[in-house]
Amino acid sequence: MSEPRIMLTAMAINEALDIAMTIDPKVFLLGEDIAEPSGGVYKVTNGLSTKHGLHRVRKTPISEQAIIGAAIGAAIAGFRPVAEIMIMDFLAVCLDQVTNHAAKIRYMSGGQTTVPMVIRTSAGAGRGFGAQHSELLEAFAVHSPGMKVAVPSTPADAKGLLLTAIFDDDPVLFVEQMMMYWDKTYAGHVPEGDVRVPFGKAATRREGSDVTLISYGRQMYDCLAAADALAVDGVSCEVIDLRTLVPWDEAAVMASVGRTSRAVVVHEAVTRCGFGAELSSRIHEELFGQLSAPVQRVGGANTPVPYASNLEADFLPQVSDILLAVRRTQG
Amino acid sequence: MDDVERPDAPDRDTLLQMFEIQSRIKLCDERFRTMLMSGQIQLIYYSPRGQECISAGWGVHLRQDDYVVTIYRGLHDHLAKGVPLRELWAEFLGRATGTCKGKGGPMHITHPASGLMVTTGIVGAGIPIANGFGLAAQLNGTDQVTVVNFGDGASNIGAFHEGMNLAAVWKLPVVFVCQNNLYGEHTPMSMSTGVDYISERAAAYGMPGVTVDGNDPVATWRVMGDAVARARSGGGPTLVEARTYRFWGHLMGDAMEYMPKDERKAAMAADPVVLYRAWLINNGHATEAQLAEMEEVLTAAIDDAVEFAMNSPQPDASELYTDVFGDNNDAMLQGVSR
Repeated sequence: MSEPRIMLTAMAINEALDIAMTIDPKVFLLGEDIAEPSGGVYKVTNGLSTKHGLHRVRKTPISEQAIIGAAIGAAIAGFRPVAEIMIMDFLAVCLDQVTNHAAKIRYMSGGQTTVPMVIRTSAGAGRGFGAQHSELLEAFAVHSPGMKVAVPSTPADAKGLLLTAIFDDDPVLFVEQMMMYWDKTYAGHVPEGDVRVPFGKAATRREGSDVTLISYGRQMYDCLAAADALAVDGVSCEVIDLRTLVPWDEAAVMASVGRTSRAVVVHEAVTRCGFGAELSSRIHEELFGQLSAPVQRVGGANTPVPYASNLEADFLPQVSDILLAVRRTQG
Repeated sequence: MDDVERPDAPDRDTLLQMFEIQSRIKLCDERFRTMLMSGQIQLIYYSPRGQECISAGWGVHLRQDDYVVTIYRGLHDHLAKGVPLRELWAEFLGRATGTCKGKGGPMHITHPASGLMVTTGIVGAGIPIANGFGLAAQLNGTDQVTVVNFGDGASNIGAFHEGMNLAAVWKLPVVFVCQNNLYGEHTPMSMSTGVDYISERAAAYGMPGVTVDGNDPVATWRVMGDAVARARSGGGPTLVEARTYRFWGHLMGDAMEYMPKDERKAAMAADPVVLYRAWLINNGHATEAQLAEMEEVLTAAIDDAVEFAMNSPQPDASELYTDVFGDNNDAMLQGVSR
């Protein structure tokens, strides 16, 4: 056994971008502030413009429509652009390019033109950034046929899923939760080299028999914490990390819930019409007769993200919310 | 155009090539409208009639491997870039043999083999995407040029501003062609736009801007040639405003109450294709018989395309679910195919 390579999430993402640009000259990056000397507002692209050149790590004006549009055109013309939208809330100012163009062009052209691009974006509450710099909006893209969506929870997945995303022939929204970039809590082993994680394959992070907790991204850790707490009371939780939402691993979810007969879905995005609603609905459609209790949802409050730290903490789904939801499935 | 010889005119071949493109557009449009009015076909149709000279003006400067992006009023641009008649008609009619297998329709014509890369139904949205084609050419070190077409209305949407600025900053080989037909949908330019000429806006981005009479084929040819040459030689983007008029309003069935009757009547009396035809003959560039023969050949080609399209089947029902993703399968279509 070789020594584990413990890395922070931001470094794992940086490594994936570096590898992709090294192995394929058609890969380039564009976005606000991503080049040296700043290397990105979160330093995620640190060092890459020095190594690969300013023509491949392209600083742009603060023009999200222009960024995504340029990526789309270049992708159709044979490149594999990785566009950065600094904060996920800013997707709202370029959503036409994302949903009307990136997502639909393959279909509208009858498969003649494809858009192999990635939109990397950082997201999430917990940093005191207020309502316009904290949202999880993955449901926008999930609701746009043609877009793929990945939300990694570990540094290894961040690297492996990003490499898969870059070399996929469809547009991918790649969601990075900013709380995870440089926090040692989320550090983990990352395999060396071009190691890719396939889309549509969930990871079972903990095996259990009484209830299935289904999550993705940072909230997977809240599920593990809840599972620890419940184990003390003799409740055995299975924790499934979806890793990608389009496609999502329906087979793994149905197999697990089929065994446990109880499910709780957990994510940071606001609960109403979040991806958890789709998960819950699909489980009910497939397994209604086998369920011991209705599927429960845990998500962000149905509010804008507040600023004050106590309110922001209350907005976010808590481990205690997951515990309560599990209790509700036990009737 | 005035009926006098023009020292600024190109050679005869180019003059006739432009007439061929204009006539192809005019005759196609007339056939679409005739068939629509008689109920033979049904589709949403944005007539380009009146704007033919603009597309012909850039069309003769472009190579097959140059890129064109256009909008829902795009039939003239599709034809000027060489999209074949049969596949184009079939796509307009939603047939399996269309450019996009009947899945895109008139607002989304795509034919990469001709270099017609994107047709968008969203005003202004093609402008940022055109930059991507320009960037691809620049990164590849080729001298391919991208021409993006849009209307005067698009110059008031944010994508125009973002796209023009980025093209100037990155010196992209893109020609921005504003086909100014004086109306954005049902609203005259005077009520929506704070400048008299769209080309004035180029100065704000640090790129050359020029206004040309888009109904004058010779002047348009010259301006487009300069802009294409600048882009091809690495000189960066140009905004060309070609002023024109749309004869049939925003879309077929438009009652056109908002267009003064006299204005429209005068524009149609000065039909640029009809005037150009007369100019070619009167100035000895072509004979009546020669042009009539060109028109006959085009009419026969359109007859053939109409027949081809009308006899083509609609797409197979299974096509609803194809081309959503590259690895299109049940897992990718969860919740879609059920």
